[in-house]
Amino acid sequence: MAANTVLNYLPRKSVIHQLTGATKLIFFLLFTLASMITYDTRVLLGLMVISFAAFAASRIRLREVRFILVFMLVFLLLNDTFIFLFSPDQGTAIYGTRHLVCHLFWRYDLTLEELFYLFNVSLKYFVALPVATLFISATNPSEFAASLNAIGVSYRVGYSVSLALRYIPDIQRDYHGISQAQQARGIELGRKEKLWARLKNSVSILLPLILSSLARIEVIANAMELRGFGKDPKKRTWYTRRPFGKNDYLAIALGAVLAAGSIAGVILNGSRFYNPFV
Amino acid sequence: MKKNSVTTVVAVGIGAALFFVVGRFVAIPSPVPNTNISLQYAVLALLALLYGPVAGGLVGFIGHTLIDLSWGGSPWWSWIIASAFVGVAMGLLSKSIKLSEGQFGKKEMITFVIANVVAHLIAWAGIAPVLDIVIYSEPIEKLFSQGAMAAVANILTSVIVGGLLAAAYAKTIAKKGSLDKE
Repeated sequence: MAANTVLNYLPRKSVIHQLTGATKLIFFLLFTLASMITYDTRVLLGLMVISFAAFAASRIRLREVRFILVFMLVFLLLNDTFIFLFSPDQGTAIYGTRHLVCHLFWRYDLTLEELFYLFNVSLKYFVALPVATLFISATNPSEFAASLNAIGVSYRVGYSVSLALRYIPDIQRDYHGISQAQQARGIELGRKEKLWARLKNSVSILLPLILSSLARIEVIANAMELRGFGKDPKKRTWYTRRPFGKNDYLAIALGAVLAAGSIAGVILNGSRFYNPFV
Repeated sequence: MKKNSVTTVVAVGIGAALFFVVGRFVAIPSPVPNTNISLQYAVLALLALLYGPVAGGLVGFIGHTLIDLSWGGSPWWSWIIASAFVGVAMGLLSKSIKLSEGQFGKKEMITFVIANVVAHLIAWAGIAPVLDIVIYSEPIEKLFSQGAMAAVANILTSVIVGGLLAAAYAKTIAKKGSLDKE
């Protein structure tokens, strides 16, 4: 079933996998911050090298994450197309100059500035993609709640996230069963039905799913209460938490340097964009 | 329904899982080719009505983050915050609509529809594009058109499917005073 293709943990023996979950979470957040702030091509290229190096070090093969890659490429192309369709002069507005490559049709001129802007937008995706993929496929889900708690998130929220990860496959199985049972009774969500009928039919599938989930909430909440969950308002220990090693401190330091460097780059450059046109 | 903190923790967890499964796998083909109508905001509205604003906000936040992560990109924070906002807004309604006691008549339905429309408009035509401009600096026209599309689609599913779900759910609850002494 499709459950195995999403949020898939791929255990390996690698430097990346041996880092604690908290380190990976902190690095991931710092790295996304760094790549979010800047549009500077030079900084983005630097970040991309680090991102790909980390991916190579994880020993996860491209084949294993092919689905995500293809999906992201399609999404990226669509996004670039939409940006161009909606504002073909965004590049000119940002860089202040206009080098015409050729005229296409109506109000659409292809300019070097627009191409360079789209290149930067795409670059941002390539910077973020390997690190995000690594974060999902190299973090043990049971360690995730512990890492959230380690960076200062309340352990209750951490526990919620870990419950969510634990029960996604179960709820997916429930959904599958319910939807097949309803389809056998002629309740269809596909193109054969009219839109209004599709919406109404979706209720017949969602309602049993929700009712069974609400029952599940009661059962789990009672079980946790019986075991004294939440008696200490502040602290909780985690079975999967590991002590920080040398590499953990190095990785966090690297993340901090990258984020700081990206911010410093924006301040020094005076703008989020690197302008090669003036 | 008792609302202690353990129930809220579990409701957020299971709710986020439900939001994830519905948002990721349950899609109705829409009249526009290659686009799907997603139903997770109907589920979010119902859960927020039952468990309140804190749970609603967290379900939106965690569920949406997991969906983004599962598609392989880095989380799109501006839209995640907008989802969390919808959850909080719908959760605030739980003060006036006591859905867990089976109360969902005409008056509640009207409140539900209006609140839904307002919350989704603020979230998708306000919060999401404005944060997008600040964080990602993509073209303004594109972001607002995307936002408007999302607002229309989400209002449609949240009002129709969410409303039908809430009404159907209310029917399963035995109302206070529904038993007569003979």
